[in-house]
This record gives sequence, C-alpha cells and structure tokens, in this order.
Amino acid sequence: MRRPEPRRRGFLARLGILLTALLPAAGCAGAGALGAGGETLVIAIVSNPQMEDAVALSHRFEAQHPGVQLKFVQLPENQARAKITASVANEGGEFDAVMISNYETPQWAENGWLENLQPRIDADPGYDAGDFIPSIREALSHQGDMYAVPFYGESSFVAYRKDLFAKAGLAMPDNPTWEQIRGFAKRLHDPANGIAGICLRGKPGWGESLAPFNTVVNTFGGRWYDENWNAKLDSPEFRKAWNFYIDLVRNHGEVGASSAGFQECGNRYGRGQAAMWYDATVMAGTNEDPKSSEVVGKSGYAPAPRQRTEAGGWLYTWSLAIPKVAENKDTAWEFLRWMTGKEFVRTVGNEFGWNRVPTGSRNSTYDIPQYRKAAEAYAQPTLDAISVADQQHTMTKPVPYEGIQFLSIPEFQDLGTRVSQQLSAAIAGQKTPEEALQQAQEYAVTVGKSYQESGE
Amino acid sequence: MTARTNRLGRSALTGLTWLVALLFVFPVIWMVVTSFKHEVDAATDPPTFAFAPTLEQFTTILDRGFLPYLANSAFVTVLSTALVLLLGVPAAYALSLAPVKQTSNALGFFLSTKMLPIVAAIIPLYIISQNLGMLDNVWALIVLYAGMNLPLAVWMMRSFFLEVPTEMIEAARVDGAKLPTVLYRVILPVVAPGIAATALICVIFSWTEFFYAVNLTAAQAGTVPVFLVGFITSEGLFWAQLSAAALLASLPVMIVGWIAQNHLVRGLSMGAVK
Repeated sequence: MRRPEPRRRGFLARLGILLTALLPAAGCAGAGALGAGGETLVIAIVSNPQMEDAVALSHRFEAQHPGVQLKFVQLPENQARAKITASVANEGGEFDAVMISNYETPQWAENGWLENLQPRIDADPGYDAGDFIPSIREALSHQGDMYAVPFYGESSFVAYRKDLFAKAGLAMPDNPTWEQIRGFAKRLHDPANGIAGICLRGKPGWGESLAPFNTVVNTFGGRWYDENWNAKLDSPEFRKAWNFYIDLVRNHGEVGASSAGFQECGNRYGRGQAAMWYDATVMAGTNEDPKSSEVVGKSGYAPAPRQRTEAGGWLYTWSLAIPKVAENKDTAWEFLRWMTGKEFVRTVGNEFGWNRVPTGSRNSTYDIPQYRKAAEAYAQPTLDAISVADQQHTMTKPVPYEGIQFLSIPEFQDLGTRVSQQLSAAIAGQKTPEEALQQAQEYAVTVGKSYQESGE
Repeated sequence: MTARTNRLGRSALTGLTWLVALLFVFPVIWMVVTSFKHEVDAATDPPTFAFAPTLEQFTTILDRGFLPYLANSAFVTVLSTALVLLLGVPAAYALSLAPVKQTSNALGFFLSTKMLPIVAAIIPLYIISQNLGMLDNVWALIVLYAGMNLPLAVWMMRSFFLEVPTEMIEAARVDGAKLPTVLYRVILPVVAPGIAATALICVIFSWTEFFYAVNLTAAQAGTVPVFLVGFITSEGLFWAQLSAAALLASLPVMIVGWIAQNHLVRGLSMGAVK
C-alpha cells in the first residue's frame, strides 16, 4: 500500500483554503442585507444607452430622497421582457417599478397586473402629463387611464442621402408614398459601388422585420384580423403589401437582407452603403453621431411612406409602470415622476449632451433650444411622426387589437416571430412569397380561432 | 530518407496542433484585446489591432457594481459545489464500490433528472420559490445548482471509484484497516484528482449558469452572467464593455482551472498501481 501522496493532499488543502477564503467575502453579499432603516426600490429596466444615463444619474434621486436606495436590474430587451413578464404575471413582487412598452401596457392593465397611475398623475399638476405627446399617452392608457408613463418614444421615418438624391436629380417629396420610394430605390440602387437603394429589415423577429413590414401592410389597407378575428393575411391588400416589401428589398435592398435588423442597417447606412433607410426615428441619433457614422450631415428625414392612409409610421415607447403587487408604491411613483419628468430631460442634456436626451415622450422637450439645435435635422420630423402614429391615421379598416406595428395580444410574440420567419424565407429566396404567405395565414388562423372560441 | 519524412511529418503535426490551439484560443484573445479598446475602436470594420488601449471599460464595470454580483457568484458556486461533493461522493461510492441493490436503476434515475429541459420547469420553479419566499435569494440558487450538478458528479465520481483496483482495497483490509481507514487512506488518495475534476466541472457549470439565475433573481442575488448580459443593448455600441465584463467574469474560473490543471492532467493519466 502506498501512503497518500502529500502533494495531492496539499492541492486539495490549498483548494480548500482558496474556497474558504472566498466564503466570508461572499457571505455579506449573499445574505443580501439592506441598508439599515432605509427603503430600497428595485427597478427592472432594459439596458439601452438612455437607460444607462438614468442609472448614472440615479444618485441625484437618492440625494433628493434621503433613506431611499435604488437598485437596478438591467437586462437586454428580450431577457428583460421575459423576466418582467414572468414576475408581473406571477405576482412575484421582486420589482417596485418595471420598464415595459406600449405592447405590454394595455394587456397588463386589462389583466389587472398594473397600478393605475391616473390618480397619482391627476394629483400632481407639476408633473404635467398633458405635456406627453397624445399618441404616446393614448398608447399607454387603458379605458382613459394611464398605467405606464413614457421614458422615451419613437416612430418610424425614412433617412435619405441628400447628396445622392441631388446627384441623381431626385427630390424627396414632403410626404412620400411607397411607390415613390420604390422609384427612388430603383434609381439609386448601385451594387457596383456597394450602395443599396434602400435598407429594410429582413431579420426574423416580431420586433425586427415585422415592425417596418406591418406599417406597409397598414398603409396598403391590409390587416391581420377583421373584427371577428378572421385572419386576413391572404386578403388582396395584405398580399400586395407582402409582395411589395419582398420585391423591394430583394431587388433594390441591401445584401444579406434576410438577416439584417436595426443594427445591421444602421452600420450599413452609417458607412454610406445605402441611399435610404426606413426605420425607427431613434436612428437619426446614430446617423448624426460622428463616432458611429461617416455620413453625418448628409441625410434628410422624410415621414414614413404611406400609400392609402394619411400616415404610415409606427409607435413604440419604453415606459415605466408599477406592478400591482409592488410594496413601495408611493416611493416608486416618486421615482417614475423623476425619470419621466421634464427636469430629467434637462439634467441629461446638461450632464451628458443634448444628443443623448430621451425624446419622443414630451412635447416640451422639442421646445428646448439646445435640443432643437443639437437635433436640427430630425427633431421636428420625429415629433411629427410620433404625433400622427395612431390607428386612426395609419389604418384603413377597424381591427380588434391595439397596436400599429404589432398586435397587442399575448400570442403575437410567437405568431409574429413565425410569420416573420416566413417573410425572411421569402426574402432569402428559400420560398416563393406565395408559399410563405399561405403558411403565415395558417399560423394566423390558428390564433384567430382561439379568440373566436373564447367569444372575445 | 524515412527519418527526414518522419521529422517533416512530426513538425507538420506540431504546426497543425498550434494552428488548432490558436483557433480555439483566438476568441479568448480577441475578447481580451477588445476589452482594452474604446467602444469606437471595438466597432471598426475591418477589426483592428492598432488602437490606443484604455482601462475605461473596466472602470465603468466596477462603477456599475460588479462586486456584489461577483460575491454572489462565488458564494453560490462554492456552496453548491461543496453540497454536490458532500452528497455526490458518498452516493458514487455506494453505487460503485459498496454493493447496493438497484444500482443501475438509481444511476438511471440520477440521469433522468437531466432529461427535462429547464425551460419546461422554470415557471413551476418560479412559483415554488415565490411561495417559499425564496425569490431573489442565493440559497435557492445553491439548492438548484446542486441539483443540476449532482447527477453529473455521481456519474463522474462513480467512474473514478471503479478505477480503484479492488486488490488495493483487499490488501488494506488484510492489513487490518477498518472502513474509515480504507476510505481515507486508500481510496481517497486514488480518487482525489477525480474529486478535483468533478469539483472543477461543478464550479464551471455553476459559475456560468444563466437561465435559473436570470429568472429567479433580481437585485439581491444576481450572479455574474446576469450582470454580464446587462451590457448588451439593442441601441448603440457595447462590444468593448461586454468584453471587459466577460474577461472579469471568466478570470476566477480561469484561475481555479489553472491551479487545478497540473493535478487534473496528472491525476487523470496516472494509474493507481505502477
């Protein structure tokens, strides 16, 4: 028999010492003791740059509210959405405030998951909720009461290269139609020089390609469902929009369109590889930032193209809400009014620069001279786009759902993603547009049936 | 002639080995390089090696409160691994060297707990944690990680125990050693590298676990991987920040792996009887 080898035991012992050494350090954090006597607000937010700025400024809120400590849980959009949904739906109560969008707000308000903020808003004239852009306020309301307050908002519009338009002798109309946009894309499409006529999202995902695509559907007079939840993806209007989008991006769009999303199009446009780009209004900030763009100052911004409607843009807003089960509702409201207040916009502008302020939520932001100057090229087009982004302006027929570029129903995350995969397959040429559309219609029928059966 | 071909062949093999090694290590090197860049340099296309290095990203990360997450991860990893070893090593011993009934059924049962995709169980787990008041609590993660790693540890440790030559155990018994002595003096030294290997696997799996952590924790009990994804954003540049955070996150595991490396390789390649 051999004696135990000393070196090995030595190793285990050393590992043991190392691990034990880690324990006390972890113990304090592990137990999770709160600041004595104080109140801790736990806030779940999406990790976009403007939210980062809010986190960076949160010590100011803490200074104004002694005894209150803010703790943020920052996650990327998809994880945040899943996490916040699970928590709020199961009444987990981990969060005192959550960041959600106008996709969730009407559904969750109806389900009774969110605190009605209207009484607090009404009791607080200094907060000036009348300053919110009406379309945004409407999108965050349920039966006339706001259940979430907007941090920033966006619509969609077209960025176009003024220099390329001038060179080709073209002029962008004040209110272009999709037919006109197709004409411009055709003229300016120049693969030999690596310039696409237009950059459009083709990446699958209900929040990716379906966002721009659905605005095309709307303005072409199509809809996902009629008032009785009959799927209408195979209607002539929807089919026309489907074929139009696929043809446009296949013939005059970017290379690799079926995997291009907001980021990819942004990179291309910023490097001068696209003559036009139809996407979220927040893109203007990236296009006009010398750090990320080589085409600063070369772009004009035109309203979202339309066809049969007055307007053609979408509406999206990241906003803050208080879950019904939250413990510190009063303090949470104090935080909400701080982060979505007029003063916050000015603080960000003064601290970090006027191109970083959260926009698209309050009219007053657009009256700030410093901001108007910093965002000269796109401030007014953005405000105009958001102001007309509602179902009345962007659709031709009534629909049984809320939302413009999405359907505010729980099934849409899955349904939308499936349909967008069909769209991408058609853009990539793996399927004919007609095959893909038939499949998409089948998916939509299944979801529609569940609403017909439940008699809603 | 043959000697030369042989040598040529060998250097070709060496070259190939280096190539493959580089291929595997390159992403890690790239992560390290990127973590010292400014965001703008990290986003260039084509990628660049020429840039002014900065520690900006690391300061940002520490400012954002990395340490509590690190402490949570360390606490959860160490305790769950200890729990796994405490339960798994005796279980593996029973299922290998000590004759017990229904061994293969027990082994099958252990393995079957790994067959259900976690995503299918996460909502029930969430609700159970909520009812027990264990949401956002490190102890919930410790129990779950121990459960997650236990089957693996039992299977791994069992194979190490099976490698202990029965002659050695019998010889010790003949010499009059009682069970505790046999366990501690004969079997433990032989399987020690196996225990280290098992522990390391458990450490790595617990350290990198994301799904349970993101769903069951919030502000108090968040672990490093949850902190890490917070740097991903859908608007704006984040590669340098994310790389720096990933580098900091992987350092502890790299260090533990590096310390254990020699012993692991030696232990795994060495026979008990020479």
